Amino acid sequence: MLVNQFLVLGAVLFCIGVYGVIARKNAVLVLMSIELILNSVNINLLAFALRNGSADGHTFALYVIAVAAAEVGVGLGLVLLVYRNRRSIALDELSELRG
Amino acid sequence: MVAQNVGFAVIALVMVIAALRVVTTNNVVHAALWLVVVLSGAAALYVLLAAEFLAVTQVLVYVGAVMVLFLFGTMLTRARIGAEKDLNNRRAWIGIPVSLAVFVTMTIALLGSFGDEELPADAKLVDVQQISDQIFGPYLLPFWALSFVLLAAVIGAIVLARKE
Repeated sequence: MLVNQFLVLGAVLFCIGVYGVIARKNAVLVLMSIELILNSVNINLLAFALRNGSADGHTFALYVIAVAAAEVGVGLGLVLLVYRNRRSIALDELSELRG
Repeated sequence: MVAQNVGFAVIALVMVIAALRVVTTNNVVHAALWLVVVLSGAAALYVLLAAEFLAVTQVLVYVGAVMVLFLFGTMLTRARIGAEKDLNNRRAWIGIPVSLAVFVTMTIALLGSFGDEELPADAKLVDVQQISDQIFGPYLLPFWALSFVLLAAVIGAIVLARKE
């Protein structure tokens, strides 16, 4: 197996996630795209861990998973709050902070 | 080696198709279920990369917990479950050139840096003991920080979602 197989697959998933973040309007779907991005990073970390023969990448990937779980918890809490106040989670309508 | 490459190709194909469905489908529940496919494929890739503990953690945390959160989020923020028209921005096509540009840049950089370098074929499985030695040794401080992040996230989520 080549190193680049995994790295390019990670790049493909990352770019799909970036497209999702830009194109989606529904806040839950944007959070899902962010999960795609975080997962592609994990694949890269583990590929480098195997290449370098160390366990550092595994530790980092574990931390990334934990941070992602925390991020989803808080993110969905925010989405819920926005929905409760506005009856909608379309991100382009959240323009109260525009100067 | 051939078996590994075939396995990789199948998993990668499934993952890319499922990821594309996540960002193109017009049904939030379907997007969540396609995301399950992507996350499970990632767990399979972790096994291929000799990371069994991470594969198990991926299934437990992502496929088990995060997906339940997403489905609850979908359920609590929408009156009905079904296809919707209004999930994309009006100018969603801007995402295509942006992500293609990012992809081309990254691929050129990766191919230039790593070329056709092989992964070591006789790699040993990284076991749980090694990972715990890392966590409770050199990476203890980030572990503490992570504990605080999780605690803050739990408290924050409760405070945000609580009714007045």
